[in-house]
Amino acid sequence: MQNNLFQDQKFRGILYQTLVVGFFALGLYFVINTTAYNLEKRNIATGFGFLNNPAGFDISFSPFLDFKSTDTHLKVYFVGVLNTLLVSFCGCIAATILGFIVGIIRLSSNWLLSRIAYIYVEFTRNTPLLLQIILWYAILIQLPRIKQAPQIWETFYISNRGLFGPKPIFLDGSNIVILSLVLAFVISFFVARWAKKRQDTTGQQFPTFTTNLSIIVFLPLVIFFIMGSPISLEYPILKGFNFKGGAVIRPEFIAMFLALSIYTAAFISETVRSGILSVTKGQREASGALGLKKNWIMRLIIIPQALRVIVPPLTSQYLNLTKNSSLGIAVGYADLVHGFGGISLNQTGQAIECMAITMATYLLISLTISFFMNIYNRSIQFKEK
Amino acid sequence: MKKLLSIFAVLAFAFSANAGTLDDVKNRGFLKCGVTTGLIGFAAPDDAGNWAGFDVDVCRAVAAAIFGDSSKVEFTTTTGKSRFPTLASGEIDMLARNTTWTLSRDVNLGFEFVGVNYYDGQGFMIPSALGVDDATGLDGATVCIQTGTTTELNLADFFRANGIGYEALPIETNDEARENLFAGRCDVYTTDASGLSATRAQADDPDKWVVLPNIISKEPLGPLVRHGDHQWGDVVRWSLNTMIIAEELGVSSSNVDDSKGSNIPEVLRLLGVEGGYGEMLELSNDFAYNIIKQVGNYSESFDRNIGPDTPLGIGRNLNALWTDGGILYAPPFR
Repeated sequence: MQNNLFQDQKFRGILYQTLVVGFFALGLYFVINTTAYNLEKRNIATGFGFLNNPAGFDISFSPFLDFKSTDTHLKVYFVGVLNTLLVSFCGCIAATILGFIVGIIRLSSNWLLSRIAYIYVEFTRNTPLLLQIILWYAILIQLPRIKQAPQIWETFYISNRGLFGPKPIFLDGSNIVILSLVLAFVISFFVARWAKKRQDTTGQQFPTFTTNLSIIVFLPLVIFFIMGSPISLEYPILKGFNFKGGAVIRPEFIAMFLALSIYTAAFISETVRSGILSVTKGQREASGALGLKKNWIMRLIIIPQALRVIVPPLTSQYLNLTKNSSLGIAVGYADLVHGFGGISLNQTGQAIECMAITMATYLLISLTISFFMNIYNRSIQFKEK
Repeated sequence: MKKLLSIFAVLAFAFSANAGTLDDVKNRGFLKCGVTTGLIGFAAPDDAGNWAGFDVDVCRAVAAAIFGDSSKVEFTTTTGKSRFPTLASGEIDMLARNTTWTLSRDVNLGFEFVGVNYYDGQGFMIPSALGVDDATGLDGATVCIQTGTTTELNLADFFRANGIGYEALPIETNDEARENLFAGRCDVYTTDASGLSATRAQADDPDKWVVLPNIISKEPLGPLVRHGDHQWGDVVRWSLNTMIIAEELGVSSSNVDDSKGSNIPEVLRLLGVEGGYGEMLELSNDFAYNIIKQVGNYSESFDRNIGPDTPLGIGRNLNALWTDGGILYAPPFR
């Protein structure tokens, strides 16, 4: 046995790892040190004080907060976060629904349908998302101009400045109507629980869906008329350059929403397809032999088992969609990167601070999504009894 | 990505700041000049792919001064946001890109404006069919605006001061803003009046667009270099001044050869016949001759690119010589 330290595997392992960590730390030190040195040399102020300075510019799209140019950069940040969350949330829901539908169609025995789904998946998955966003925006921009906006019942208007519709105005007593809606949901939750319990014990079925739907629709409706219609609608009216009043969905948002959800749905549909295929053929045949209806087999036997395979990759698709929403700048959608990470950064020159805050925010959003998806994932995993 | 660039730019700054830019350029054999992504008249590639325009001429003048050959320039396109990191990182030697000279850019960003080649101001362009003849009549309009610019802040101030509302649509490049304006996504496009004229010239029917008379800001546009390299700053400054002085003295590309026999002392000094002014800049003594011969004087460049006979049709106005009622003025060549 040679008494050479370098031939000792354990020593070598420790040596190499120490070297790697050492070089990494050295590199990090160098980057931070150079940055700090140059910032100081160029007299660039560091710190987060700029967050309380007035922004001085306006934001195109702020559906939740009322933003003025005298508001601070901190508010620019919150507007950006809300806009990012809005398009990500809507995108995730739409992508999930579309992805499930396409994934199931893809496995359909109908040749034409499954071919169409196949072409859709391959086309959207294999072209850059940025181009798809720009394509959708270019199409939306070609909609009629605001003065020639086609109307539906003088309530909805379609133009290249967005889709305009009525906005609900809440008057006195409207909170009772909203309360009754919440109450209706609570009641229907207990009805569903009771019905399930009864079915489990007696085998008798109860028309849960129709019952609950009528509770949710009619209870608030009745209260609404009892209270003397406390919710009215404000209609958009073309006045001067733009529609005044009413609600509007901007083309920038629509382009982002369509592109993100259609792009991500293609990936989700493949996940769904693999999940369904992972359920053994015997399960389907056995449930068929028991005489279950075709859509029952899907809903009660296949999907619950497939979900165990689908959910983990689905989580990463949600994360992708959220991160991809940072491409909003391509069409002027005022998301976090466009507003705070772009305009604020540019006007204040606080590049490192703005970038650090923006990245930390994306990290936080991603970790939150993962956290809830992991809880959901645990709840659908096979429970051993 | 561009924001990352700016961080790297800060990092890279240390390695580039102290090098003598003039020597670097001479050794490299060509000048690296930053221009816009395309603004007709100021900087845009022509049909043959050669860059041409009023700002491009400043780059060409510097190349002519250094190499005696105005074609030795490599052009880099920059957006409103990427222009400063690109210059700070040393990726380009100078920036000639309708950039407004402001205190914070001059001091805080670490640049040096070497002069003003175009006195501009922020204006508004609207479809003439709107029938608005003053910007205060734009209450409630949707305004397209290039992000990362001083215009963004001026716009908010103007509407606030006049107590009228608007919707801003911040957009990345001039081209995108133009598309949105022509499609009717916004009613108004606001940027420097020169940029508006350039955009108007690109419309299918320029008569359908009108630039409002309101000028809401001072925008002195000029070339800039990195702060700290005074020798290089001097070269760019006097290349620009040469064009202005040449117009003042009536020396143009067509009569520059004859002017060498002039009896006006300043013309002789300018063309390097007398004195050693080029050597002071570490250039050849005929550097000004080369600029005038190959690029022309200020008025030639103006008339060729943006003047009344071009699609842009911009008058000299503020940019006329101080002797002609404008404020264009260059220090004496002596």
